[in-house]
Amino acid sequence: MSDSDTPREFGFETRAVHAGAAPDPHTGARTTPIFQSVGFVFDDVDHAQSLFNLQDFGFIYGRITNPTVSVLEERVANLEGGRGAVACASGHAAQQLALYPLMESGDEIVASRYLYGGSITQFTHTFRRFGWQVTFVDPADEAAVRAAITDRTKCLFVESLANPGGIIVDVERMADIAHEHGIPLVVDNTLATPWLHRPFDYGADIVVHSLTKFMGGHGNSLGGVIVESGKFDWFASGRFPSMTEPTPSYHGLRFAETFGDFGYTMKVRADALRDLGPALSPQNAFYILTGIETLPIRMERHVANAQAVAEHLEQHPAVAWVSYAGLPSSPYAELAAKYFPKGPGAVFTFGVRGGYDAGVQLVENVQIFSHLANIGDTRSLIIHPASTTHNQLTDEQKIAAGAGPDVVRLSVGLETASDLIHDLDQALGNG
Amino acid sequence: MEPIPYPDSYLRSILERTRVIAMVGASTNIRRPSYFAFKYLRERGYRVIPVNPPAAGTDLLGETVMADLESIDVPVDMVDVFRRSEEALAITESAIRIGAKTVWMQLGIRNDDAAARAKAAGLDVVMNRCPKIEYGRLYGELGWGGINSGLFSNRRRPLRSRTKLT
Repeated sequence: MSDSDTPREFGFETRAVHAGAAPDPHTGARTTPIFQSVGFVFDDVDHAQSLFNLQDFGFIYGRITNPTVSVLEERVANLEGGRGAVACASGHAAQQLALYPLMESGDEIVASRYLYGGSITQFTHTFRRFGWQVTFVDPADEAAVRAAITDRTKCLFVESLANPGGIIVDVERMADIAHEHGIPLVVDNTLATPWLHRPFDYGADIVVHSLTKFMGGHGNSLGGVIVESGKFDWFASGRFPSMTEPTPSYHGLRFAETFGDFGYTMKVRADALRDLGPALSPQNAFYILTGIETLPIRMERHVANAQAVAEHLEQHPAVAWVSYAGLPSSPYAELAAKYFPKGPGAVFTFGVRGGYDAGVQLVENVQIFSHLANIGDTRSLIIHPASTTHNQLTDEQKIAAGAGPDVVRLSVGLETASDLIHDLDQALGNG
Repeated sequence: MEPIPYPDSYLRSILERTRVIAMVGASTNIRRPSYFAFKYLRERGYRVIPVNPPAAGTDLLGETVMADLESIDVPVDMVDVFRRSEEALAITESAIRIGAKTVWMQLGIRNDDAAARAKAAGLDVVMNRCPKIEYGRLYGELGWGGINSGLFSNRRRPLRSRTKLT
């Protein structure tokens, strides 16, 4: 495997281990080193000027680029089948950075109403204060999606596999609708990971992740990423002067012209990350890279365990319903077969008989599942969204987001499946 | 414009045998993409001769801007086309006339007639690519910006140092 001239397309597992990385040119270090340095020297003033003007490739300052972080960026871009990527401090930062180059004050976003509760809050309250107006729609209602798009709409935003659980969005349909209107489809692919589903294969234009979840996979590092497909035609759209017109902060550079199919990636980095500032630390990038090396085998086990736990819960007398797209009873079983042939993730919800109080009791009785606000850890996690992650939503929003009072969310980890089932059984009692 | 696939070995062999590039459409405006590519390729050790009729006779970083390819008095290895696709055929005819070995059309530029003409005359052709971006990709710099280079290596890749120009 020397420098590739081969037409061979490496498999996902090979790319999860190798993409973006190479032995260190100076030392031969095989694992990507942690470049714990804020600044990077310039050869001379002319070199510095070339870098600042984006005329040359290279490192300037840790808020914009870092050699450890850039390996992570290239790896995720490769795994998603994208052209380029920008990593940042968290999934929430990724959403902000992804939208920033697209939006002006007064512009609009049409978003799926099936989003992570924290995202609904970010979109509804914080983005509104930027002057970004958000309209939430049911992504299964195509007429409603179309009707929500106006002349000021700059993107369609969905989660491919929605948190807290069990809902799959028809990404291909959403991409078609977005493109009919000359706007990009932005997909949060956090719960899926590119091992289970690659939105670019179905026409999405931009993918964001919280790398904190299954990508890093060990619950030890926050991170986020924005990936560009390289296929959206900014000039043909005509809706994005920030991409096609001169940028005042870069001496009149036009990003889509100068950088072609990675103009958006450059814009996210040079404008959004540079000026908003949520850079990823190289230490966290290292942990996340290490996690990604085992992504395929971890996801296989996550999905197998989730399927076993979901099937068991569906038969349990204390459980009213289970929302996991891997169950034949799921209304999303058909979309799961199309978009998630390897299994629809490992985060799902179920309803306990006895409502809010029964939900609270369950999360307090488990002994292996950890009661905390995260997903995508090696450890199995449990939470009662109504009292925690989705607490800031109205009752109506909670139910719309799949986080009603009886709802419990699981993130199924890598433990022995029968131990997880045993733990839930003892905590649920006999119903 | 859909990307045209070229093997990495083909692009690398062009970039490694080329010494002198004539850049048709090189701008003296530092905001223009052609200026970016002009400056970068010089700093990677190429002699880049700007060709731009309206700016002919002016100085661009120490090189005199030429009116046309035929006015260049040194052998040219590659002609880099920073002009609209419809102008590429005439530029290709000139490139053949002056003995260039490669015609390289920039991002967004494609002219299949010009390509066929160049190939028939024994020249290598690249279309809808930027030599700066391809150089950066093939020699490990593009990934620094988070761009998917498609490169895999289990060997140390020595960095090509930037050339300081006087």
